[in-house]
Amino acid sequence: MSTATGSAALAIETHGLSKRFGQQLAVDGVDLAVPHGAVFGFLGPNGSGKTTTIRMLLGLAAASAGTVNLLGAEMPGGLHEVLPRVGALVEGPAFYPFLSGAANLHRLDAASRQTVPATRTARVERALERVGLGHAAAKRVHAYSLGMKQRLGIANALLSPRDLLVLDEPTNGLDPQGTREVRSLVRSLAHEGTTVFVSSHLLAEVDQMCTHAAVMSAGRLVAQGPLAELRRAGTARIRLVTPDGGAARQALAGLGLDAGPDPGVGQAVAAPGQPDGESIVAGLDGRGGQSHLLPEDVVAHLVRAGVRVRGFAVERESLEDRFVALTGEGFDVAQ
Amino acid sequence: MPSSVPADTPHAAARTRSGATPRRSRFSLLGSELKVLFGRRRTWALLLALAAIPVLIAVAVRLSSGVAPGRGPAFLDRITQNGLFVAFTAMLVSVPLFMPLAVGVVAGDTIAGEANLGTLRYLLVAPAGRVRLLLVKYAGALAFCVVAPLTVGLAGAAIGAALFPVGPVTLLSGGVVQPPEAFVRILMIAAYLAVSLAGLSVIGLFLSTLTVVPVGAMAATVVAAVVSEVLDQLPQLEWLHPWLFSHYWLGFADMLRQPVLWDSFGSNALLQAGYVAVFGALAYGRFLSKDILS
Repeated sequence: MSTATGSAALAIETHGLSKRFGQQLAVDGVDLAVPHGAVFGFLGPNGSGKTTTIRMLLGLAAASAGTVNLLGAEMPGGLHEVLPRVGALVEGPAFYPFLSGAANLHRLDAASRQTVPATRTARVERALERVGLGHAAAKRVHAYSLGMKQRLGIANALLSPRDLLVLDEPTNGLDPQGTREVRSLVRSLAHEGTTVFVSSHLLAEVDQMCTHAAVMSAGRLVAQGPLAELRRAGTARIRLVTPDGGAARQALAGLGLDAGPDPGVGQAVAAPGQPDGESIVAGLDGRGGQSHLLPEDVVAHLVRAGVRVRGFAVERESLEDRFVALTGEGFDVAQ
Repeated sequence: MPSSVPADTPHAAARTRSGATPRRSRFSLLGSELKVLFGRRRTWALLLALAAIPVLIAVAVRLSSGVAPGRGPAFLDRITQNGLFVAFTAMLVSVPLFMPLAVGVVAGDTIAGEANLGTLRYLLVAPAGRVRLLLVKYAGALAFCVVAPLTVGLAGAAIGAALFPVGPVTLLSGGVVQPPEAFVRILMIAAYLAVSLAGLSVIGLFLSTLTVVPVGAMAATVVAAVVSEVLDQLPQLEWLHPWLFSHYWLGFADMLRQPVLWDSFGSNALLQAGYVAVFGALAYGRFLSKDILS
């Protein structure tokens, strides 16, 4: 793909984007490709470099290496032309606590040279209505709850018609109702043709509203693509319940499948003597993924081998499994 | 890679239409900055504290049995004969500490205050433009430098006129001017002080780009003023004195001569301009290359 066509097709494109803070490489050679019109989920555990990447996308921080192309313009050089077309919520909302919600939006709108003062009051009003803050417009932000500030932050991103929205953790601090509203808002914006780049560590959220996703881990981009493809990239596996554990394992090994105890089931169930027997999990794609077995063939083979099959299921890896596989488990924040 | 790109979104069309409208918000940010600065309670508290200085002086003199000539700050002994001297006394008294304190708070808060609230990133993403934001912030600080001495002068003239007789003012050079002319002299002193504080403001602006803790920048700015004033008192450092930004701060007495002596005003303006150039360049260099991580 040449650079010219790449710029036309992609709303955000980075090449080798890196950021170094002293000794630490916070973002390491990230190549993002966000197509126009996509709802792009930017996933990663805390501290994986998502917000730093977003800061570099928006020209708030300079890249240590690599390039950023935003809506066809190089950043940070094209900042003045591009940013008026970009609405952003970066690392949580931030406002003047001593000003009202509407006054805050007026100020941030006035900050851009591209906005038209004549329509400002109407645009502020509409943005506040859109996020359900019409009743609190005259209230000082000091008195806002976290969820209300989050809504005000989203309203700020919607002040002008935008081609791209960059939303960093948009549902942080929102109640379930607010979360639903944000999801439907993002969908309706995407429907209007706006590209939405939304960072999150909530997988369910990304699962429900995104068309594409990328996963960050310890500063590196470990996966990227359409959501359906990302899900498919994970291996399918079978779950077998049988009292004949040993015979089953042997039979599966004969098919070239690695069988193991079900990681999702405790010892009590796996122990012999249970009514339905042992729960066994095996990858369906076999060693190295070269053989593609059909589930019914596996069952037939097991039955032929005299294994009493009491339960059989085919499972596709969920996005969460995939995420954990890519980013590792546990509470250790990436260094 | 699948990419269904609507070539011309409704947004793009709307933008093209609004692009034909010539009225863009060129000075909106400056207006907004002044509105926020002079609309917030802290600024009012600072100005009220400054206005309290002449009020306290006037009330104290009114309640006491009178001031012996030559005692206390300059002009103090003349207040009972002429209320306008409250303004002169208050401005003189406020220059060494109260003015730098108030200006330090405002100038130190310029960038660091926005960074601390997190609004700096939203202003820059708007996009305000870093150079434009820096200029607007400095313009706001300068506006405060104009308003602060005016507040002291006008509050002094008002309380003086309320508590004492107002009459012709005998100037330092011996000449006598009528009250309207004396009022103009008060405004001239306020202008002199505004120019005097321009250098301190730009130092505060620079310090404010170094930190995200506004109190730190405020304190550092006030310390800079105090250090400059202390150095100005040391005879051993006489060679340094003309280069200290506080050197001409008390030279405004020249506004009270007939004819007015403009020498110190000119030297002061030149010195302050030098500070604005140097620290303005430092602030520019720092702020334009700064990573906004707050």
